[in-house]
Amino acid sequence: MEAEREVLDVLARNAREDIADIAAQTGLDADTVETAIESLESDGIVHGYQAVVDWDRAPDGKIRAIAEINVELDRETGYEQVADRIARFPAVDALHLVSGDYDFAVEVLGGSMHDVSEFISEQVAPMPEVTQTVTHYIMETYKDGGVRFADGDDDDRLSVSP
Amino acid sequence: MRTAERARHLPESGIRKFFELAESRDDVISLGVGEPDFSAPWAARNAAIGALERGRTSYTSNRGMAPLRAAVADHHERYDQRYDPETEVLITTGASEAVDLAFRALVDPGDVVALHEPTYISYAPGVELAGGEPLAVPTDAADDFALTPERLEAAGAADADLLVCCYPNNPTGATMSDDQLADVAAFCRSNDLRVVADEIYAALTYERDHASIATQPGMRERTVVVNGFSKAYAMTGLRLGYALGPASAIDAMNRIHQYTMLSAPTTAQHAAVEALRSCEEEVTRMVDEYNRRRRLVVSRFNEMGLDTFEPGGAFYAFPRCGGDDEAFAEALLESQGVAVVPGSVFGAGGEGHLRVSYATSMRELKEATDRIEAFLEERPMLRSD
Repeated sequence: MEAEREVLDVLARNAREDIADIAAQTGLDADTVETAIESLESDGIVHGYQAVVDWDRAPDGKIRAIAEINVELDRETGYEQVADRIARFPAVDALHLVSGDYDFAVEVLGGSMHDVSEFISEQVAPMPEVTQTVTHYIMETYKDGGVRFADGDDDDRLSVSP
Repeated sequence: MRTAERARHLPESGIRKFFELAESRDDVISLGVGEPDFSAPWAARNAAIGALERGRTSYTSNRGMAPLRAAVADHHERYDQRYDPETEVLITTGASEAVDLAFRALVDPGDVVALHEPTYISYAPGVELAGGEPLAVPTDAADDFALTPERLEAAGAADADLLVCCYPNNPTGATMSDDQLADVAAFCRSNDLRVVADEIYAALTYERDHASIATQPGMRERTVVVNGFSKAYAMTGLRLGYALGPASAIDAMNRIHQYTMLSAPTTAQHAAVEALRSCEEEVTRMVDEYNRRRRLVVSRFNEMGLDTFEPGGAFYAFPRCGGDDEAFAEALLESQGVAVVPGSVFGAGGEGHLRVSYATSMRELKEATDRIEAFLEERPMLRSD
């Protein structure tokens, strides 16, 4: 478990580290690192490896929105069932059940504002359990996945110091 | 203008030359930096901003703000160091001021001050400015650069008046265990040596918790402990340190401090209170990151044939390059654009080694170690053995 935690700490910082570098940084041998990664994946702790993208700057940039969704449940339908139906759409980047004024927070990714609003109004809103949607378009992202998007602080240290 | 003999007498720092060489080109990856690459935790910086906004720009009491002294005393209980914030804590302008004050308050003209070497470059000049005579006590790679009674005895430290003890060590990264410190403490007690323990890297240990010589039996009353916020909290530029010691020593240091410094920077003191209050997690995160870099750098060096002992603290590795370390460092900078500091700069026992700081991003460390490997491949005779 200790090994998995150490490997996870490295991957959470930089998922592109290769096995040899993870081994060097953790002091574990390469086989142990490989086994740890396999169990992190099979135990459902690590679900994938993705780049942290500033879509505003990407070529053919994408529009992101956060949609608040309220639902009304009945005896046959719980949050799980509704979530499952929403999550299956590829436009849904992230889906969380949240506490507070609404039930689901949905992060939606689309090619344009039109795509996103069409998705919400034609796919999500008509679901029988959905009672209300409020869509917030993301105007600017400053930090995502723990990474600041602004240019980092310059290293202004003296190049050699005691 | 005519300048005083004591200033003219001070040697130019051996680091200066490498600084100038490194500054003269712009493709350099520097592993020569003796300070963290992180910025101070945001909460601490925010507290400094808040203090400025509220107009907290006056002097503080000579010894430092009372809440800061209390927080420092509290913080040091983790090292089993117990000091009264009223009488045994002095907040200073960087740990450097605390070291200087300790020398000036504890050293009489002609007193001999034993310095284990290689070590931080400021002690010998500081001792000389205080009128003392530095005595080099070489340590050796064979002991992982730990200080031993045998080394002290061989160097003639039995007749010294004071010992400067810097562990975790700059430049070697060496640490000392409780057992090793017990032996040195016994030597100090039987030869009536007082100690200045510079423990600025205490928070940056990787193999075991920091052990302080001041907590050995009979040592508290003969030891001044120096520490500060520069390394653990990445606050070098805010210039804040402190000394912990018996009231008599702190009193004497404060007597000098009140005339020469008055009080440590107020803004930094506000940042430091917040650092101690809420930044523990960030320190842990920085330590974990240093540790990953440390393991990477040490294993890379050993793989490429530069013998490197496991440094237990600080953020330095001290690989053995053999032969002329200054020529090695110069050639490395010249041909590969990687700056390191030759070990001989740090005194006896450092020759044939390089100080490599891993307070640099993982990406740069990988690139730098690749370049060093390429450098060695062109010069197979330079490997350690």
